[in-house]
Amino acid sequence: MAHWITACEADDIDPEDVIPFAHEGRDYAIYRSPDDTYYATDGHCTHEKTLLCDGLVDGGTIECPKHNGRFDYTSGKALGAPVLVDVRTYPVKVTDGTVYLDVES
Amino acid sequence: MGRERLERYSLTGPENQAAVAAGLAGGAWFRSAVPRKRMKELMRRSDYPAVRDTAIWIGLIGLFAGLGIAFWGSWRAAPFLLAYGILYGSTSDSRWHESGHGTAFKTRWLDESLYQLASFMIMRDPTTWRWSHTRHHTDTLVVGRDPEIAVMRPARLAKLLANLIGLVDVPVAFMLMSRHASGRLTADEADYVPASERHKVYRTARIHLAIYAVTIALAVGLRSWLPVVLIGGPRLYGACLFYVYGFTQHAGLGENVLDHRLNTRTVKMNVVNRFLYWNMNYHVEHHMFPMVPYYRLAELHEEIAHDCAPAYPSLWAAYREIIPAIVRQLKDQEYYVRRELRPGAAPFNEPALINDGRALPLATANAA
Repeated sequence: MAHWITACEADDIDPEDVIPFAHEGRDYAIYRSPDDTYYATDGHCTHEKTLLCDGLVDGGTIECPKHNGRFDYTSGKALGAPVLVDVRTYPVKVTDGTVYLDVES
Repeated sequence: MGRERLERYSLTGPENQAAVAAGLAGGAWFRSAVPRKRMKELMRRSDYPAVRDTAIWIGLIGLFAGLGIAFWGSWRAAPFLLAYGILYGSTSDSRWHESGHGTAFKTRWLDESLYQLASFMIMRDPTTWRWSHTRHHTDTLVVGRDPEIAVMRPARLAKLLANLIGLVDVPVAFMLMSRHASGRLTADEADYVPASERHKVYRTARIHLAIYAVTIALAVGLRSWLPVVLIGGPRLYGACLFYVYGFTQHAGLGENVLDHRLNTRTVKMNVVNRFLYWNMNYHVEHHMFPMVPYYRLAELHEEIAHDCAPAYPSLWAAYREIIPAIVRQLKDQEYYVRRELRPGAAPFNEPALINDGRALPLATANAA
C-alpha cells in the first residue's frame, strides 16, 4: 500500500537537477528531469555510500561525485564500473506543486 | 628495510586491516564549500574541448610518427621519434586519467574509446586500473589501502630513477599481462577488482599481448626495430615526462590524512605543459571534486583558492621541495611537507592524531 509523504515543493528543484531529502533517518535523492518529470532514488551511491545529491544530473543520469559512477535515475540501473549495483527507486507524484514520495513501495 | 617497506604499503599486508580498524578507509574527506549553482556550472560537460585537444594530440602523434618513419635510418629521425615517444609514453597517462573518470567528453563512448587507447599506450589494464584509481580516490595516500602511492617512505630511489625510462614499469606490465592472460590476478588486484569484472581483465590482456606479438613479428619479418619503436617502445624511451609530472601530485606529502590539502599538490604550469598534462597539475582541485572536467579545473582552482595553500608557481618550485623531502624521508619516515594555509582558510581536517600526516604506526596511534 502506498505511503505518500511530502518531500518538497516542485520549484525547489531546478530542471535537470537533484536535491537531498531525509525522512525517518533515511536519505533520498529527488530529481527533476529536463522535461520536468520527477523521480526519486536512495540518497547514497551503491558503491561507497556517497550522497548522490552532490553529483551531476545529465539528462536521465546521475553521476556520483566521488568516483563518477553513473545511474539511470529513472530506473535505478547502474550504468557501469565503478557502480555495479542498481540504486533503489521510489514512486513520485506531484500534486498542486508539491512533490510526494512513496517510501514504502 | 626493502621487504618491510613493501609489506607496509601492500594491500594484503597488516596495514590494510589496521587502516580499516582506525577509520582511515573510506573516510570523510574535507571539501571546500562551493555553492551548488556554481558547482553545476563547473561540472557541466562539453565534447568540444576534448575533441579539439584529442584531435591535436592524435594529429601530433601521427605527424611525428610520419616524420620518424620518413627519416628512419638517419639521425634526423631522432628528434621526431623522441617527440612521438613522449606524446605516446608520457602524455597518454593524463588522457588515461581524464577519460577513466569519464569527464573528458560529454559523449560517453568517446571517453571509453580514449580510455581503451590510452590504457594500451601507457601499458595499464583498463579494468584493474579503473578499480585501482577508484581506490586511490577513496583512500588517497592511506598506507595499505591506496595502490597508487608512487613514492613510499622511504622512497625506492633506484626504481623511481629506472622508471624515467620505464625500466621497471614495462617488464612489470608484461608480467601482469601474462598473468592476466592466463586468468589470474595479483593478490593486491584481487583486493579491489570485483569478481564480476575480472573476465574483462583476462580478455584485454590477451588482446594487448596479441598486438605486441604482431609488432615483434613485424620487426623480425622486416628486420627492423621500427615497429617496436612505434608500438610499445615509447613506454620506455618516452616515459620521462610521465614521471616528471606525476611525482608532483603527492610525493613528500602527508600520509593517512583525510584532507587533500595535506597530501596533494597543485602546481602552476605553462600552456604547453598544461596541454600535455591535461590540467592534472590542478591536482588538489581534482581530488576534492573529481566531477569537474579538466578544462574547468583552472576555474575551480580560483573558486577554492581561499581554502588552500598557495599553488606552487612552477615545476621547478615543486621539485625544489620534493627532492629534499624525499631525501629526508630516507632517514626520517615521519617527515612530510606540511603547507601553510592562507589566512581565513578552513582548518585542516585532522579528526585524530593518526590524521596529522606523519603516518605513525597505527597500533601506536590507536593506543594514543
